[in-house]
Amino acid sequence: MAFEDKLVLDRISFQLPHGQTKALFGVAGSGKSTILKLALGLLKPDGGHIWVLGQDITQMKENDLFELRRQVGIVFQESALFDSLTVRENVAFRLMEEGKISEEEIEKRVREALSFVELERTINMFPAELSGGMRRRVAIARAIITQPEILLYDSPTGGLDPVTSTTIVELIIKQRDVYKTSALLVTHRLQDAFVMASHRFNRATNHMERIPKGERGEVPMTFLLLRDGKVIFDGDAHELATTRDEYIREYIS
Amino acid sequence: MAAGDLLSNIELISPTEFAKRKIASIQEYSLLAMQSVANLFRRPVYIADIVQQADLVGFGSLPIVLASVFFTGAALALNSATSLSRFGATTVIGQLVSIGIVRELGPVLAGLVVAGRNASGMASELGSMIVTEQIDAMRALGTDPTKKLVTPRVIATVVMMFFLTILGDFMGLLGGSFVASMLLGLDSHEYWSNAWQTLVFSDVFMGLSKPLVFGFIVSTVGCYYGLSTKGGTQGVGRATTEAVVSAMILIIVVDVFVTRFLMVILGS
Repeated sequence: MAFEDKLVLDRISFQLPHGQTKALFGVAGSGKSTILKLALGLLKPDGGHIWVLGQDITQMKENDLFELRRQVGIVFQESALFDSLTVRENVAFRLMEEGKISEEEIEKRVREALSFVELERTINMFPAELSGGMRRRVAIARAIITQPEILLYDSPTGGLDPVTSTTIVELIIKQRDVYKTSALLVTHRLQDAFVMASHRFNRATNHMERIPKGERGEVPMTFLLLRDGKVIFDGDAHELATTRDEYIREYIS
Repeated sequence: MAAGDLLSNIELISPTEFAKRKIASIQEYSLLAMQSVANLFRRPVYIADIVQQADLVGFGSLPIVLASVFFTGAALALNSATSLSRFGATTVIGQLVSIGIVRELGPVLAGLVVAGRNASGMASELGSMIVTEQIDAMRALGTDPTKKLVTPRVIATVVMMFFLTILGDFMGLLGGSFVASMLLGLDSHEYWSNAWQTLVFSDVFMGLSKPLVFGFIVSTVGCYYGLSTKGGTQGVGRATTEAVVSAMILIIVVDVFVTRFLMVILGS
């Protein structure tokens, strides 16, 4: 995939099994966000194929992709909330556009989604009235309202303070463990991915908890590292921590 | 050193590359324009958005269109009086203002004013949505941005331009009437009778066909530049300026061709 003369992605190939979360890392401009947009069909690759839920999206027209996108949710880097709509209208956007569900059912599902991200009180507010972290959580609510099978997160904690970042990571872990959603997570913060690899969501306490060391291998979490448009690492946390590649060791140090 | 820095920031492109870019832009604009019309025959059609845009374009532009054409009518009457008085023919001011406003100045002025106000608004709004990924979010949520954003603006602008021009024409005649009666001492009843009677079908047809074309130009150009925005907030500013300039130039150029075309069709 190239933009004008700049090659951004070069023969990238990886798989995302069902229920797994894959964290994508790389320096700025390495094509991480581009991969997410390609996965959703927002961009078309210059060559190759992309299969999403068994369908080759590189051969599909824009109209055909709309139905598939119902099963894939995305949280954009800057939330990308529609600033002329309220939080309710933002979260309900897809349901309202489809026009197949009653107003009462839409209201119920919006409240459920906002309750999941603990922002039910903001339902009548506009995005401009929310903090950055709140906008990010509303964006998550909007992405999950149709209970998609795959979630794409583009730097969900980017630009946020550590406390808010932890809140967002906890929500992602909750979504992973409660709904078993597959996810592609683009992040600059290695610590977020390691938290996700070492924690699970406890429904009883409604918070994440550290997983005992012996059980961490069961967490469905892998890491993908990009460099100069190529994949240089694709494995789990243990393989990442024990790699002998100089560049990767320097990156994660 | 300063000159070197300046030169290093200037992007030099070959004439071939320049021509390619311009042709690509024309192609993309044409596709967007055709799609905006084709969407009328595809579901869903966003009636609420059309009404909202009609309010923004129509009622929002009303004061400025009325004022512009009013004063233009007054200026036309004033200037005409100077020439006509040499022939002792000031009584035909009504006819002159009427034909000038209805056939040409009313539609063109309304088009230019709406271009300045609304092409910029559309470009900046859609451009801001592009740079904040709201358009991508819309596509990700299963909504076609051209159906939701472009087509309602096109329909609303075309329809509202029609009515804005009618009202603008009346205000232009009113402006001429004020000058004729207050400054030139002409009988206002005679002015309005002459203004009304001189108009024939071809004048009115021409004067009311042009707003439809101009409305289409304003909205499609505004939306095109908005959706093509690149480069953050600076890009939004650039897109806004280019939308206004392009829409205005296109209106003036297309006006000549539309006028000639209609003259041939109507035999006037």
